[in-house]
Amino acid sequence: RDACAEPHQLSKGETIHTLKTESETLKAKLEEERAKLHDVELHQVAEKIEALGQFVMKTRRTLKGHGNKVLCMDWCRDKRRIVSSSQDGKVIVWDAYTTNKEHAVTMPCTWVMACAYAPSGCAVACGGLDNKCSVYPLSLDKNENLAAKKKSVAMHTNYLSSCSFTNSDMQILTSSGDGTCALWDVESGQLLQSFHGHSADVLSLNLAPSETGNTFVSGGCDKKANVWDMRSGQNVQSFETHESDINCVKYYPSGDAFATGSDDATCRLYDLRADREVAIYSKESIIFGASSVDFSLSGRLLFAGYNDYTINVWDVLKGTRVAILFGHENRVSTVRVSPDGTAFCSGSWDSTLRIWA
Amino acid sequence: MAQASQDQGAVGIADPDEDSPNMIAYRKIEDIITRLQDETEGVPVRTVKSFLSKIPSVVTGSDIVQWMMKNLNIDDPAEAIHIGSLIAAQGYIFPISDHVLILKDDGTLYRFQAPYFWPSNCWEPENADYAIYLCKRTMQNKTRLELADYEAENLARLQRAFARKWEFIFMQAEAQVKIDRKKDKTERKILDSQERAFWDVHRPVPGCVNTTEMDIRKCRRLKNPQRVKKSVYGVVDDTQTQSPVHTPSQQSSKDTREDVEREILFLNTQLDRHCMKMSKVAETLMSYTEQYLDYDPFVTVPEPANPWISDDVTFWELEASKDPSQQRVKKWGFSLDEALKDPVGREQFLKFLESEFSSENLLFWLAVQDLKCRPLQEVAARAQEIWQEFLAEGAPSAINLDSHSYERTSQNLKDPGRYSFEDAQDHIYKLMKSDSYPRFLRSNTYQDLVLARKKGKSLTSKRLTGLMQSS
Repeated sequence: RDACAEPHQLSKGETIHTLKTESETLKAKLEEERAKLHDVELHQVAEKIEALGQFVMKTRRTLKGHGNKVLCMDWCRDKRRIVSSSQDGKVIVWDAYTTNKEHAVTMPCTWVMACAYAPSGCAVACGGLDNKCSVYPLSLDKNENLAAKKKSVAMHTNYLSSCSFTNSDMQILTSSGDGTCALWDVESGQLLQSFHGHSADVLSLNLAPSETGNTFVSGGCDKKANVWDMRSGQNVQSFETHESDINCVKYYPSGDAFATGSDDATCRLYDLRADREVAIYSKESIIFGASSVDFSLSGRLLFAGYNDYTINVWDVLKGTRVAILFGHENRVSTVRVSPDGTAFCSGSWDSTLRIWA
Repeated sequence: MAQASQDQGAVGIADPDEDSPNMIAYRKIEDIITRLQDETEGVPVRTVKSFLSKIPSVVTGSDIVQWMMKNLNIDDPAEAIHIGSLIAAQGYIFPISDHVLILKDDGTLYRFQAPYFWPSNCWEPENADYAIYLCKRTMQNKTRLELADYEAENLARLQRAFARKWEFIFMQAEAQVKIDRKKDKTERKILDSQERAFWDVHRPVPGCVNTTEMDIRKCRRLKNPQRVKKSVYGVVDDTQTQSPVHTPSQQSSKDTREDVEREILFLNTQLDRHCMKMSKVAETLMSYTEQYLDYDPFVTVPEPANPWISDDVTFWELEASKDPSQQRVKKWGFSLDEALKDPVGREQFLKFLESEFSSENLLFWLAVQDLKCRPLQEVAARAQEIWQEFLAEGAPSAINLDSHSYERTSQNLKDPGRYSFEDAQDHIYKLMKSDSYPRFLRSNTYQDLVLARKKGKSLTSKRLTGLMQSS
């Protein structure tokens, strides 16, 4: 570790070519160092734990009401309400337990690719091709026009791919086709922090689950998953092993690792302490990309929605597939486990949402 | 057809990365298709004798399903049928007697699509081409070429849409019929069916999935989004529409010198990082999961029942009650984070701290959490309030900070922000975690709650030992 102890001097005389060579050398060295710590595979260590029993997971509710592809959904902290958005511009709030629609908003744009429920349960955020993220307070008065109270918060220079409230209704984190992520103050619409580092569209983001955490992970079309410090805007860790776009990123519940779903038809697990990919979930028969992933409460199961209309359930530790769920009639675009882990919801291009348990 | 050669193969794709977003899937399917058609290892492709004629170049659905199960490591026929149907829906295989592109595990006959028509060639055929196709179908007196109802409707619609130039369409159709007539009868049967299957993909039966629909997020990277689309029948159409793209694609940024320099700095930082061995990582991931398995409704059936399955919300009512269950209380013992996450846990911990006259620590921690959730406008004022309450000289709820954190925080307060108390909060958290929290777990209050005997329920001794672990 000799050369790296001193701060690196970059001479102006160096061409991009020599710099690139240096970068390649460092990458190789980094890989070498990491490989030294790769003394065993996760699934090998996991051989000693009990296999999970047979799973009976069925659709328990089907939510029909969107006229076109469902692109995104999010759970309310009350564990039963959800918000969903679709290609035709509609954003609907449902009580998924009763399947009743409680609110509906029509966005001024099509392809509403992102939606999120506020922690208080009193508002939803959404956006898409309008390049913005807007917040709609949910009114108790069913007759009130939600669109009237709409608040424009985030402004990107390309489509909004994902949005998430932080621990409060007051901040929103967004990712965009413009290659950046950003943190916004909801009340003023002010940009609090921007995150630069991806070299192509950012498709997904996820906040670390800790009460004390200040980090989040993002994934994009540059095949990279980046971990960011929200306070400084710095990219603290980066992972690049996928062979195509990363469509979705989700933290493992302890916050020490995260999973990804990609167009290369695999899902992968990356551990932050090992700074490395530690598992890959794939099968020869899975040909189409994984669009969305989420963990069960304990982190033992990974639910992944695919462009081949199915949901595959993986044993995270053993690396095996424990179930394949059929039901949707077109691509599964979004999969999210409920806040108490009692169910997960899937949204599809077949315009329906399904609750599975 | 203008270009019917089977040898044509895929139009040259220089960089699969840069073209259709589905290209990875297409290449995998094409690999399967190639293996399916292998003379020795593939499925038997035969000519089947039917009533008065011969059906050339077909294979049964069940042959395909069997092959896939054997060669793609599939245990469940339902899975093989599903993938096979997707491959059909994409346009690589098709049933010879149906417009609906699904795979059946029976004697239904299927044919392979000509590489010319493969989706990897990025076809986006225009309505003019479709009109020519439907038109020529009506010109040929063959029962097997009769239009289905939905096709007849489509044709009628197109006739209205192309009213002005219908003569042109008609002429093109006639020209195609002429070309087709010159071909060998058997070859024609095959080509006609392949052409029909192509249109079944691009103009699917109403109610069927249109597999050519694209995810708009990926459209932008098409090599030439405003490209002039090639015609199936070699027709140049002046009314051609553009591909639906919402904004012109940005050139993916070439690495600038700055980018590479930044990358080098980043890599050097990563090299300095102390990482954990995989064996240790695996152990921690496993023990975390093990600890929470009892709380995972997908693994351990929740009591009394999962609301989604039983249609009974008692489970939620119990979770919402101020009277926490043993299981819930047990979770507070997993980590300080868990205790603080649960509002009742937080309340109990606070009460305990009050009894020890050290509640200001938790109150400070909570105040800083709250600060981070405030609107920007309120942050500066609130930060000052926190300083006054907990850190200033003579503060009413003075907390004990090490001098280093105190100095840093004091400096931060000159330009108060959301993260001004990070160091202090971190210090206090560590203090609570190592000191007050373990004592809380050993306290009578906590022990009473966690050992409380409810009707018919009690903790096994196994559970007891787990509780005494400090995080």
